[in-house]
Formats: sequence, structure tokens, C-alpha cells
Amino acid sequence: MDQFLQQLLNGLFQGSIYALIALGYTMVYGVLRFINFAHGDVFMLGAFTALGLHKLMGPTLALLPWPVSLLIVLLVSMTLCAALGIIIERLAYRPLRDRPRLNVLITAIGVSLFIEYSAQLLFGATQRPFPDLIPRTAIANAGGLTISVAQVIVLVTTLALLAGLRIVVMKTRMGLAMRALSLNPTASTLMGVNNSVVISFTFGLGSALAAAGGILYASLYPSIEPFMGIQPGLKAFVAAVLGGIGNIPGAALGGLIIGVTETLVKGYGQELGIPSGYSEGVAFVLLILILVFKPSGILGRVEREKV
Amino acid sequence: MKFSTRLLFASTALIAAFGVCGCKSSDDSTINIGEVASLSGGTATFGQSSHNGTQMAVDEINAAGGLLGKQIKLITEDDQSKQGEAGTVAKKLISRSKVSALLGEVSSGKSLEMAPIAQTAGIPMISPASTNPKVTEAGDYVFRICFIDPFQGTVMSKFAISKGWKKVAILTDTKQDYSVGLTQFFKKHFTENQGTITGEQSYGSGDKDFKAQLTAIKAGAPDAIFASGYYNEVALIAVQARELGITVPFLGGDGWDSPSLTEVGGKAMEGCFFSNHFSNEDASPVIQNFVKAYEVKHGAKPDAMAALGYDSAKILFDAMKRAGTTEGKALRDAIAATKDFPGITGSITLDEKRNANKPAVILTIKDGKVAYTETITP
Repeated sequence: MDQFLQQLLNGLFQGSIYALIALGYTMVYGVLRFINFAHGDVFMLGAFTALGLHKLMGPTLALLPWPVSLLIVLLVSMTLCAALGIIIERLAYRPLRDRPRLNVLITAIGVSLFIEYSAQLLFGATQRPFPDLIPRTAIANAGGLTISVAQVIVLVTTLALLAGLRIVVMKTRMGLAMRALSLNPTASTLMGVNNSVVISFTFGLGSALAAAGGILYASLYPSIEPFMGIQPGLKAFVAAVLGGIGNIPGAALGGLIIGVTETLVKGYGQELGIPSGYSEGVAFVLLILILVFKPSGILGRVEREKV
Repeated sequence: MKFSTRLLFASTALIAAFGVCGCKSSDDSTINIGEVASLSGGTATFGQSSHNGTQMAVDEINAAGGLLGKQIKLITEDDQSKQGEAGTVAKKLISRSKVSALLGEVSSGKSLEMAPIAQTAGIPMISPASTNPKVTEAGDYVFRICFIDPFQGTVMSKFAISKGWKKVAILTDTKQDYSVGLTQFFKKHFTENQGTITGEQSYGSGDKDFKAQLTAIKAGAPDAIFASGYYNEVALIAVQARELGITVPFLGGDGWDSPSLTEVGGKAMEGCFFSNHFSNEDASPVIQNFVKAYEVKHGAKPDAMAALGYDSAKILFDAMKRAGTTEGKALRDAIAATKDFPGITGSITLDEKRNANKPAVILTIKDGKVAYTETITP
């Protein structure tokens, strides 16, 4: 029983990191109806920026209590990556705004590859150790269950960002503009919304979320390399689709479902004759099943195509 | 219309670019040797180290006037640690660069892709470090200069028994032939000698989260855990195991040999053991001279992959010298006749199965550094 609870916890934390990455995916999609495949690469750059910062100001950071230095690293990296996201949008996506959506999609794949291989050129191909921004201690309780500090931080951050994002989208003027743009770009322009600014903001926010995800992911799994964003990026994308792409709580739910499914398959599959290599397979089968019965995802709205 | 003109222009430019590269590679004044290495990706330090070693051997022989009156040209292709890529670049080296021999790969999975290609083309291939037995079974043109998994797996099992560990759990990377082979031979020897396997779990290269598998392993309360995969995952496994409160040592094979192991694993790797081909702490002058020369050039001490890369090139040159030609059949026969070659990684004799019989060293991680423990002979 203890083992089962531990596995459930493992899955919950694993899922919360997917959820964190999925938030950015789904928000950009929700506003622009476009899947930013470079999201996983900004995620990677977030981790590398944090590593660079840590190298630059390591002695100063070491003097501060770890939550403060973690917060500094998070905020600086998020800001830098937000700027980068805005630049990417300006250079790669904006020129294609009035073209068919497929053009932008293919460009996004190109941008993703460009960032990956540029990073390989810049940082080298070998894995780098990631500093312990969060102490590697376990919080053990009487029941024999172990939770690490890093896992708790990830869960708290995911919940905080989820709430924060919801406030931004639902309660602020910028959020109102984002929703207006999402409903009808032409009409929102007529109502005085500056679409370019809103789109830049959306990309900036999405990239900042990706950077936060990258840093927390690297704190959990302290080995980073230029291609580290591909796998979690894919999982997060699936999580976003599973929960209903464009729906922010849906992305969180999707992430948790995938995390828990994967962990349970890895932990118990061996006994049932499912090798752990199939854990991803099981997660994807789940995706297919949900899409068959509810094509818009678990929390997604059904959109009627206008003829 | 505009589009198709652009396309035409682009394709002409492409053809021109390839045409220029194509004719450069077949040059008669050099002996071309192909090297397939994982210079990037999940096992990047393997490829980089073995490449550094190989390049050192090539530079040495060229500085000494070359071979058979020609200079050696090493053409290196990066397979990005990707399954499938090693075969493609091996074909490219043979058909486009017209290489006389192939060196590589370190990992068994990739050598298994290259071996049938080399065999069919009649180009001798020497793998520096692929320990899976199947590699040289591909045919009589495929050689290796390292020991094989039955030996390595058995060595680790013997070591575990000598430590008094009766219960061991196993964690295998099912995406790597190397890891699967090592696990198989470890398990065979260990269970035949009254050892118990408390749990067998698996993962795939590139995975980052191992908490599920480790939680299952923890339930079996083993004395040690045999992690037969490569350094990158093993380091993360150890870190997560310690977080889950697993304190027993990990055991592994030469796939652990990388500076990344301790950089990423840190304190979690303390007191773990792995078998290897060579220890750069060995005091013998041959090894210390190599260590010094390597350090001057690359600013770091050589690991086993560097030493094996160096030896693989040296053995190839020795065979070329004895054969007096680079023609496939004669070169193959000369490599097969290698006997008591004084390599950095020990005296190398190739047996009738084209494998090398060599002792293994057991290394441990102590104070963040790899330290020599003992030598186990076949």
C-alpha cells in the first residue's frame, strides 16, 4: 500500500512538471490558434540561462538563502526568455501572420530546430550538470513516503502559475484583449485592440512560463543538454491536447493524467508484462481513446465551424 | 511561377555544392580511414573521448612520416548517439569517402548497425569498446579490441559475491543492446552462485524520471543495485535513488566511464563500483606517458574510451604495416593475426572470434573521483 501511495505521489509530481510546460503551450494556442513547437526549446534555453546566471553570480547567490537565490534566477531567466520569445515572434511568425496557418506551423518546427542546433553550437553537445538551486533533501514522513523539496517547489510553482495565469487572462485588460483576439482578430482590431502588442505579450508570457518549467525540470533532473526540451515538450503538448487545447485548467489536468499513468505503468507494468518502455505508449493510447470519445479534449469546448 | 524558379535555383545550388564536396574525398595521396563516433547526444562523451584518442594516434603516425608512404586521413562522422544514424554514416564513409577501414562505434547498438555494412563491403571494422558479443558475430571483417559482456557481467557478479551481497536488484536500459547483454550475464552468474535477484526493472535511454522503478526496487530491500546502462541515465538514477532514501551502492559496467557520471551524480555516486578497461591511475610508464601526452593535448586525463580509441587506431596501423597494403582482404588477415600487441589498455591478442581477451579493473567513486580498486583477470 505504501508503495502504491509512493507511486501515486511520484506520478503526481511528474505530472505537475508536464502541466507546468503545457500551460505555455495551451495559452499560446488559446489566443493565436497556433502550436508553438519552439516552446520546448525556450524551455531548454531557460535551463541554460539559469546555468549561465549561476556561473556568473554563483558566489553572490551562495550567500543568500536558497529560496531567494532560486527566485532571482527564476525571475531573471524568465525575463530573458520572455524577451527571446518576443524576438522569435517578431522575426519568424509575424511576417507570416496573414498567410495560411500551415506556413506558421512549419516555420515553428524550423525555429525549433534552429534553436536546438544553435544551442548545440554554443553550449556543446555534452550533458552539463545543473547546480542544486533547490536543496537535494527529502522530506520523509511517518508513513515511509518520501517527497523531495524540489518536488514540492514544482507543485507549488505550477499551482501558483496556474492561478496567476487565470487571473491575467480573466481579470486584466490585457487578458480581455487576449480573449477578444482569440474570438475574432478582425473584430478586436475594430474595437481598438492593438493585436501586435497582445500577440507579443502572449509569446513573452508563454516563453517565461517555458523558462520557469525548464529551470524546475533541470532542478529535478540535474543533467541538461541542447535537446532536453524535445521529450518534455512532446509530453506537454499531449497533455495540452488531452485536457482540451486552449483551456488552461485542462492543460494542468492533462499533465497530471499523463504523469500518473506513466508512473503507474513504469512501477507496475513489469509485473503485468508491460515493459516500462511502453509507459509512453500507454499514455498515448489514453490520448487516442479520449480524443475518440471527446475530440475537443477533457475540458475543451466544442467549436462549431462556420460555413 | 515565382516559386518554381526559386526552387530550381535552390536545387541547382544544392547540386553544385554537393558536386564540389563529392570529388574532394577520393584522393590517392592519402589513406582514408573512417571513424563513426557519437560526438553529440546521449553518449557524447564516449564519442568525443574515443575520437580524441583515435586522432592522437593518427597525428602521431603522420608526424612520424605516415604509413606505406602516405599520410593517414581520418574522416570522422557524428552519429548523434542516434540509433539508425551509425549505419547511414558508415555507408556514406564507405561509398563516398572510399575509406580503407572503419573505426567505431563505442556503443554496441551502433556497432551492430555498422558491422553488416562493413562485412558486405569487405571493409575491415574495428570497434574500440563495443562489448556485446553479437557485434563480431556479424562476420570475419569485424573486430573489437575490448573484452565482452559475458566477461564483464561475470566480473561484476563475482565482485558482488566477494563483497558478501546476496540480494541484488537490476535496472536495465532496454533500448541498449549493451545494457541488456550485461544484465543477462550478470544475472546468470549471480543466480548460479546462490544470489537472489530481488527485482528487475527497466527504462529507455533518454528517460529522466526513474522514481517509479526505484520505488519498486526499494520494496525488495536489495544489498546493491546493478545498473547496466550508460552514465547519463545512471547518474540521474543514483540522484533520485538517494532522494527516495535508497542508500545501497550501485554497480555497473564500462558504460559508466565518463566525467559526467560524477559531475551530474555528485554525492549520490559515492561508494558505487564499475568495471572498466583501464585506469589512468595505473603507474606503468606506458600508461603514464599516454596520460601525460593526452593531458597536454586535451587538458583532461584520458578515460578508458580515449585509451581504447587510441589502441584501435594503433592496431589498425600495425596491421596495415604488416600487410603492406590497405586492400580489404589482406588487411583483414593482418588484423586477425594481431598477437601480443602492447596497447595502453593491456596486451591485445585477437582470438578466433575476433575478440580481445583482457583483464578488467574495478573502479569506485571516492570523494568525487574515480579510484582504482582491483583487477580481475579472465
